Amino acid sequence: MKNIKKNHSDKNTFAKKWATFVIKYKWPVVILSILLAMGLGSQGNMQFDGDYHVFFSESNPELEAFDALQDTYTKDDNIVLVLAPKNGDVFTKENLIAIEELTAEAWNTPYSSRVDAVTNFQHTSAVGDDLYVDDLSYDSASKTASDIKEIRQKALKEPLLVHRLINEKGSVTAINITVRLPGKDSALEIPEVTAATREMVTNFQEKHPNFDVYTTGLVPLNTAFFEYSEKGFALVGIMVLVVLLLTLLLTRNFFAMLSTLLVFMFSFMAAFGFIGLMGIKLTPPSSVFPTMILTLAVADSIHILITYLQKVRKEGYDKQDAIIESIRLNFMPVFITSLTTVIGFLTMNFGDVPPFWDLGNIVAFGMTMAFLFSTTFLPAFMAILPLWKRKKGTQEAAVQKISIYAQFGNWVIKQPIRLTVISLVIIAGLTYLSTLNQFNDEFVEYFDTSVKFRQDSDFINENLTGFYNVEFSVGSGESGGINDPAYLTKLNQFEDWLNEQPEVVHTNAFSEVARRVNRSMHGDNDAFYRIPDTREEAAQYLLLYELSLPFGLDLNNQINVDKSETRVTATLKNNSSPEMIAFSERAENWLKNNAPEAMHSIGVSPTLMFSKLGFRQADSMFNGNIVALILISLILMIALRNIKLGLLSIIPNVTPVIVGFGLWWLYKGTINTGMVIVFGMTLGIIVDDTVHFMSKFLRARRELNYSAKEAVIYAFETVGKALVTTTIVLVAGFSILSTSPFALNSYMARITLIIILAALIIDFILLPSLLILLSKKEQNSIQ
Amino acid sequence: MKTSIITLLFLATFTVGIAQTPQERGIEIAKAAETADLGFGSSTVAIKMTLKNKNGQTSERYLENKTLELTEDGDKSLIVFNSPKDVKGTATLTFTHKQGSDDQWLYLPAIARVKRISSNNKSGPFVGSEFAYEDLSSQEVEKYNYTFIKEEGSNLIVEQDPVDPKSGYTRRLVTYNKDKGYRIEKIEFYDRKNALLKTLTYSNYKLYKNKFWRASTFNMVNHQSNKETLLEFSDYNFEVDLAEEDFSQVALKRAGS
Repeated sequence: MKNIKKNHSDKNTFAKKWATFVIKYKWPVVILSILLAMGLGSQGNMQFDGDYHVFFSESNPELEAFDALQDTYTKDDNIVLVLAPKNGDVFTKENLIAIEELTAEAWNTPYSSRVDAVTNFQHTSAVGDDLYVDDLSYDSASKTASDIKEIRQKALKEPLLVHRLINEKGSVTAINITVRLPGKDSALEIPEVTAATREMVTNFQEKHPNFDVYTTGLVPLNTAFFEYSEKGFALVGIMVLVVLLLTLLLTRNFFAMLSTLLVFMFSFMAAFGFIGLMGIKLTPPSSVFPTMILTLAVADSIHILITYLQKVRKEGYDKQDAIIESIRLNFMPVFITSLTTVIGFLTMNFGDVPPFWDLGNIVAFGMTMAFLFSTTFLPAFMAILPLWKRKKGTQEAAVQKISIYAQFGNWVIKQPIRLTVISLVIIAGLTYLSTLNQFNDEFVEYFDTSVKFRQDSDFINENLTGFYNVEFSVGSGESGGINDPAYLTKLNQFEDWLNEQPEVVHTNAFSEVARRVNRSMHGDNDAFYRIPDTREEAAQYLLLYELSLPFGLDLNNQINVDKSETRVTATLKNNSSPEMIAFSERAENWLKNNAPEAMHSIGVSPTLMFSKLGFRQADSMFNGNIVALILISLILMIALRNIKLGLLSIIPNVTPVIVGFGLWWLYKGTINTGMVIVFGMTLGIIVDDTVHFMSKFLRARRELNYSAKEAVIYAFETVGKALVTTTIVLVAGFSILSTSPFALNSYMARITLIIILAALIIDFILLPSLLILLSKKEQNSIQ
Repeated sequence: MKTSIITLLFLATFTVGIAQTPQERGIEIAKAAETADLGFGSSTVAIKMTLKNKNGQTSERYLENKTLELTEDGDKSLIVFNSPKDVKGTATLTFTHKQGSDDQWLYLPAIARVKRISSNNKSGPFVGSEFAYEDLSSQEVEKYNYTFIKEEGSNLIVEQDPVDPKSGYTRRLVTYNKDKGYRIEKIEFYDRKNALLKTLTYSNYKLYKNKFWRASTFNMVNHQSNKETLLEFSDYNFEVDLAEEDFSQVALKRAGS
């Protein structure tokens, strides 16, 4: 052992000088660290943004198309209140009165522009020779039993109501509140609408306990995002506790725990300041940054602390020498892993999903600060704290533990070929499985079934209508052209085609309006439930119909100002992302093959935007991942001063991710946008294992002239424990994240867990085997 | 000086003595406005309607309007559409009533028939514009409850609460100009949740027959949808001398064809 130390004493002079300097100026270093952390922290500003738009970059073509559609017609964010009367019949006097009341109340929702319910549905009928348009059930209190029976009959055969606002049995109904959010500050507007809606629902339920109320829609979706950002953020509390406990267990030293906590807190405060300075608003994906910084920062500190404690406890160093020695040994590996982690997180900027840009940048900044504090504040603070007590018992235990790693190393070096072959076969199998994963970004399923929003949305999907939709703006090619019978007939065919599709629950198209008005203009004769014969007729009926509609229930959400385009909305049952995309393409193709060019249209909707998000993210992250891989491999080549081993390191760095996704297929089979980033993210982390192991291996080969097998044992002895320890910390951190009810975060954490564990196994089995085999070849060729 | 103080004191006491409630003052202003416009008999005017959406895309419609003044009940009016082409000749006939809902008919040249428009709804947009039918119909005093709010120079601001429960508004804030025959300068519309929905600004006023103020431009801005509608009035004619029979269903058909 003494030998090793002497051999090393002329190496790592920079790290040694650094440590000596930090210890000499320990008080200024500690005070400056505190000031820096507090200074940055004071700039912090925590704001959450739940608007689903945050998931889309401004240049996202699906978002652009959707915004264009909303600009042409109306911008609709909605709240769907679903009412299920306990008696199972919506059409009783009492229930209709209650629905009418809630509908009236719903007009008071902030920013509301429209309220659609079964009671205020604009029913058209012929009265004598005149067109009569009126609420389906106005002043329900005055209705007789036979009136109500008639209302029920009308409602249940009304194509614009059934599967949209009422189910076939008439047992569940919905009130759809359309809100027009000014979009100035969604962090204020959405909670305002949500608070008002919740209060309204609570009051309604108090007054009418005979109703079950379920809430869904885009505003509640935003709210769920919003609230899970805050919850994701709150996870850090549990995380801190777990990590502190782990640190205490692993180091068996109170001061080690305290300094780890401080390093994390300073790094967190710095990241918090970064958020404020950059004006970042937290979203569910980016709100997990404290957990990530904590996990990664702790890994840094633990390397340094464990070496320090080993030197003091086992090798009898005094405090100052132990600190210097620990920094000398760990500075380079910690620097490299911090650098690679930062690069890994920064590659998130290659993606197309802004919340992950924020996450990447915040964590990258936090990690840089964690590195700074681990190598300045941590040694300085330890130099100030009293020397740790040495315990006899601890020493023996430590000796025994090391031998476990050495034993494991012995087992590996006996059978390098066998282990390599077995590993490669398993990896090959899992690589194949990993390609079978499918993208799925169903935003309802971002929330697990413990979340109220998910439960309510599921209820609505099962009992009333769908939550997913695709919209088409179908043009006629000329001003006023939507009244052309040729256009209307084609639109009608498209509507019929949509209704035939198995995914479609409901279709809303202007051709339905044209048909119904035509019928009412001909004395409610069903033979006239078809497109009007001439353009003039259609245009004039439409004029008459529009003049008859009340406030807020006009056709502006369906027809553009110029009357040259109409909006077709297909409501769908829950579908996976590939199915959604396939459906939309099918519909687009139908228009291409069957309709004139002016009517061709691209399907748009929030559902579709999310469906394509994973693919878009994967495409754009691909380049980022390649860049990260090249950069990190280059860094390793330079750090290890060995091109061959640098190239070899690609295997243990890349395979864990592939293995992870292979195992994931066995577990879930579908991946979401949150998981696309894990390659870059875990690459930075798992490099930690490889770097430590390879650098110790090389040191033994170069400085101690060990054989390859002896060098492997040496590497196991020196870093085995540290690698297991950091893996335990990382696993603990990501396990906590994996309990999140928000799938973008929990899936990402779960796959990261698998990858980190796979990395440790690969670094302990495949990497040493490869190192031995590669060295054998060298020896053979020399001989 | 002394006399002026006394006068002031006197005036103050006098004012307090006959102090009106804001409701009385409000209705008084509304009636003054009605009175100021009394006696125009009948008029015709051409209207150009320009719809503008958030992105500045526009769409135009051309209309003609005839109005007949009635004192015992609300005015009668007839609007003929000249464009877009599809609806050319379509015409509406409206009898406003001081009490109860207005009567309205539409003539459809495509089927050469007059249809009655269901009269319950009058709060919806008029031909896709930002004007509701209730914004354009004759402003009968009986249709609102009034509260005087404040006086700003020559402007009197009065809150009007619609009597009709089916109105799209909770209230309107109307600015009258008392020096210009109580003409209306501006109306702000508050929706059912009492949020500012639209502002209608009247401009380019002209005085006809030395008594009747008519704005040449109505500009309605919807603050919630950011859409706008501009009405431009031209060729006001107060000399047409129309009679009741010009406002019958027969006349409606004739006007359209």
